[in-house]
Amino acid sequence: MRKHRWLMLLALLVAALAVAGCGDDDDDSGDGGTSSSNGVSADQGGIQKNDKNASTKLTIGSKNFTEQKVLGEIYAQALSAAGYDVSTQLNLGDEKTALKALEGGDISAYPEYTGTALLSFFGVTADKLPSDEAQAFDEAKADFAKKNLTALPPTPFVSSNEVGVTKETADKYGLEKISDLKPVAGKLTLYGSPECRQRLDCLLGLQQVYGLKFKKFVPVDLALRHEVLKKGQADVSIVFTTDPQNKREGFVLLDDDKGMFPPYNSTLVVRNDVVDKAGADLQKTVEMVNKGLTDEVMQELNARVDLDKETPEDVAGQYLKESGLVG
Amino acid sequence: MKDFFDAIDFIFSERESPAGGARVGGLGEIWELMWPHLKLSGASLGIACAIAIPLGLWLGHKGRGGFLAINASNIGRAVPSLALIAFFLAFIGVGFANLTLALVLLAIPPILTNTYTGVRQVDRDTVDSARGMGMTGPQIVRRVELPLALPLIFGGIRTSAVNVVATATIAPLAGVTTLGDPIINVNTYGDEGRLAAAIVVALLAVATEVALGTAQRAATPRGLRVKRREAVT
Repeated sequence: MRKHRWLMLLALLVAALAVAGCGDDDDDSGDGGTSSSNGVSADQGGIQKNDKNASTKLTIGSKNFTEQKVLGEIYAQALSAAGYDVSTQLNLGDEKTALKALEGGDISAYPEYTGTALLSFFGVTADKLPSDEAQAFDEAKADFAKKNLTALPPTPFVSSNEVGVTKETADKYGLEKISDLKPVAGKLTLYGSPECRQRLDCLLGLQQVYGLKFKKFVPVDLALRHEVLKKGQADVSIVFTTDPQNKREGFVLLDDDKGMFPPYNSTLVVRNDVVDKAGADLQKTVEMVNKGLTDEVMQELNARVDLDKETPEDVAGQYLKESGLVG
Repeated sequence: MKDFFDAIDFIFSERESPAGGARVGGLGEIWELMWPHLKLSGASLGIACAIAIPLGLWLGHKGRGGFLAINASNIGRAVPSLALIAFFLAFIGVGFANLTLALVLLAIPPILTNTYTGVRQVDRDTVDSARGMGMTGPQIVRRVELPLALPLIFGGIRTSAVNVVATATIAPLAGVTTLGDPIINVNTYGDEGRLAAAIVVALLAVATEVALGTAQRAATPRGLRVKRREAVT
């Protein structure tokens, strides 16, 4: 079992490195800061320490759930490796609390999801959310800018709603994408969080965009959504793309072929004054860290915390080591 | 204060959800949420009474199991209903049955404790004279102990009813959409929806309390009522 896990990790790392290797076409915007170009460099593989950064204090925050804490730790440890004087504040409740802490200067930066920011901070309604990842990020970035905040380039992983079924159900009805549910939905019971019932990026969307009429919708606590699927009470359950159980339990996530689920990429939001002071190494480091954070990697990191009971701090350290960013 | 009026407005008029795409609010929706809430609370309370009252009468009559009857109350309150629901999930899944079971376990302790205490506090001389008149055990329970214990039993039912009506707000986390839905889903219903649902739940609890209080007065034996009135004057 243990051996199997290591093999899987190895495969993930290879994939992550491959992505990192192909993706160094980002333009280098390191002209405004205090640091020279010999600081962090993606080409050399690892994060390099720049002693000039030691005078910059950074406080990295996060919201109060696993994925956020892991992300917060990853950024904190990576930036610390780049030479910054980093402290953390990783339990800030919901997004409104985190934003308040950021605007008030209690923290310098925290990771936020583009979709959450647009819905919760900037008054965009779910039906107006862009389905394109880049467009969602651009909109969020523009809105953050009005608050004197900078949204750094987002992660590849998307933490959004997704339609999950067991392998058996997928095989039985030949399900690969959400549209495939159409002829069989009437026989299937859908489970989801209570708010799913009236959300456009959930039950309402499945009804309106895909024309699916399920036999029944049953609301359950977020924490129970995998349990009901595993136990066979739910035929279909709305899960998050980065839920660690998806891979461990072998659930099949159906392809959102009509692009209904809005993108929830994570972006590190930083105060403008901090960006100016920290210089180019900040964004470079964050970009290097983000490259390997795919859906699969994020699921695995969440799994190590939620299912294997490791600490976010340890898991973040493992990620940085395994992806070769920190020696 | 403005929040309060917004919440009242939510109860009476429908509007677009803050998240978009759905219509929320209005009496129609409140009723749609209240009906399952009432069904769930009523079923749980009914089953709890059917179990706790006979058990309490029997234990009180025999004068046994006082430890159980009294401590059941404390244990019952120590286990959170959400934990019970998660526990039962493995056996009966989520839904009406699971929630009813969890709420029944929440409702039993106060009724059981009060019934037991109510029977035990009946004057022993009264019971002895009933026995002296030739009444059998079941007759004593039905015609002497139960009527005299009724005020306390109703007190227990009232406590349980308020607990159950308030706790039924967690039902949307386990398969039944009740008045808890706007409280849990503030993104869909908005702040005014959350407050509106809280107000409706509170009113429901008060109404239950008043209705049971009336029933209690109606059910109190005339002899006890007279004695009370004399005691007051």
